[in-house]
Amino acid sequence: MRSAGGRWIPEDPAALPRLALTVLMVVLLVPGFRLTEFDPGLLFDPHNRLIMGRFMGTFLPFATAPDFLRLILKATLVTLAMATTGMAIALLIGCPLALLVARSLSVSRIGPGRGRLLGSVLRVPPRLLLMVFRSIPEIVWALLFVRAVGLGPAAGVLAIGVAYGGMLGKVYAEILESGDARPAAALLAAGAGRFSAFLYGLWPVALPELLSYSVYRWECAVRASVIMGFVGAGGLGQQMDVSMRMLNGGEVSSILLVFLMLVMLADGLSALLRRLAA
Amino acid sequence: MSLRLDGVSLVHANGLRAINDVRCEIRAGEHVAVIGPSGAGKSTLLRLMSTALRPSTGVVQVLGTDPWHIKGRTLRQLRARIGMVYQAPPLPARQRVVTAVLAGRLGRWPACRAFASLLYPADVAGARAVLARMEIADKLFERCDRLSGGQLQRVGVARTLYQQPDLLLADEPVSAVDPALSIRIVSELIRDANARGNTLVASLHAVDLALQWFPRIIGLRSGEVAFDLPPGEVTEALLGDLYASEQGAPVAGGVPSRGEFGALRREPGFS
Repeated sequence: MRSAGGRWIPEDPAALPRLALTVLMVVLLVPGFRLTEFDPGLLFDPHNRLIMGRFMGTFLPFATAPDFLRLILKATLVTLAMATTGMAIALLIGCPLALLVARSLSVSRIGPGRGRLLGSVLRVPPRLLLMVFRSIPEIVWALLFVRAVGLGPAAGVLAIGVAYGGMLGKVYAEILESGDARPAAALLAAGAGRFSAFLYGLWPVALPELLSYSVYRWECAVRASVIMGFVGAGGLGQQMDVSMRMLNGGEVSSILLVFLMLVMLADGLSALLRRLAA
Repeated sequence: MSLRLDGVSLVHANGLRAINDVRCEIRAGEHVAVIGPSGAGKSTLLRLMSTALRPSTGVVQVLGTDPWHIKGRTLRQLRARIGMVYQAPPLPARQRVVTAVLAGRLGRWPACRAFASLLYPADVAGARAVLARMEIADKLFERCDRLSGGQLQRVGVARTLYQQPDLLLADEPVSAVDPALSIRIVSELIRDANARGNTLVASLHAVDLALQWFPRIIGLRSGEVAFDLPPGEVTEALLGDLYASEQGAPVAGGVPSRGEFGALRREPGFS
């Protein structure tokens, strides 16, 4: 800091914009808290605390009846299957769209050639499609598909497939664009086609990041399939819905424990895959 | 005619004029070295020749075609005949050497062959042969990030040799390797060009390498051709003028301002 005319001016030219941005973010947050009626004081209100405590108190001991365990084992398998097949469909939707949308595979980008404008226009429809897919929450997709294919996990699979296809497509494209673009550009400049340039220039650069994001999305899909169980898509969610309705805290906590184990599984899987791909 | 540049200028989006009214013709099979101080526009000139940049004004003809009046498949086929050796080889760190070398032929391979070659390398023998010429055949199945800088550069050269281009451009191919390896790489590029009869244009930082190995030297300064002569006629005085801004008071940003040495510019001779 140095003084100029009695005022302190930071020597780093980035300091003032940073300060302004920080102030702006805090100012924007305040109405956010008000709109959401966020009041931490409510958590410590004695009456609310009593009700919460009573609900939490029923969580222990865990429900361990063999019949129930068999039930949640089957529900867990359904949930895992729903998440995995849903992800498979999401990959089928997301991968081609990501390749269409990614700018780093634009042939006209190397040299402002003709067809550059056309290229950006052609990228709009798949981009819009991805937006529609992911702007509608998977729970809404699930409600839609439950009406189409009836109650059961199939609706959840379709919902995850479509909603996550939109997310995968967008994020894959961003990962492909954020990586080092020189290898792919060099291949395009030597006459390679888009798909070949992707295989030899972008794929090896982006693979670890693509993998870790995909596994994280699979973990999200497990959770999403649970939520969709509440609207009749089967699996652990449906089980949880039943237990909650019957106010059986022990069963709820057992199912939550299964969730924790599933997330830990996803975590381990992600670490393993990234080590293999490193 | 392998290359024809007619009144070619390139103005970057930020208004900087990188290449100004360059005229030159390079016949098929010629070996040409482009020398000049940093920021003279050597890389830009090579990128114009490689069809990676479109000239702002003027006409570039590469291998008998104006690349900016063809498109799609024809442009791809033209680009497949142009090989480029980069100063820093653009190879993905996780890619294996064999894959990086075979990628040189992607311009001629259909996508299905490119895909199949990822599952099992399509031409192991070909890749090994070209790596052997760079004396790194033992690195065939090594990953690129396990190589030293000099080894990586040799893989980059090997890829371009494997491409078997009709026009081989080399942008500062040896500026980051030791002198012995520099000679090895330059001599191999020349030997290959002689054997296959392809055109070779290399920008070089090392003037002695250029004078020793190339029969035609183009001196580039401030985006303009300062001289275009056989090495025997490139005098100390010409070189002194070419690199004047580097030896004298440095110009802002290391880029000599245009017109500063305008008096020395002369029309290139079409020898």
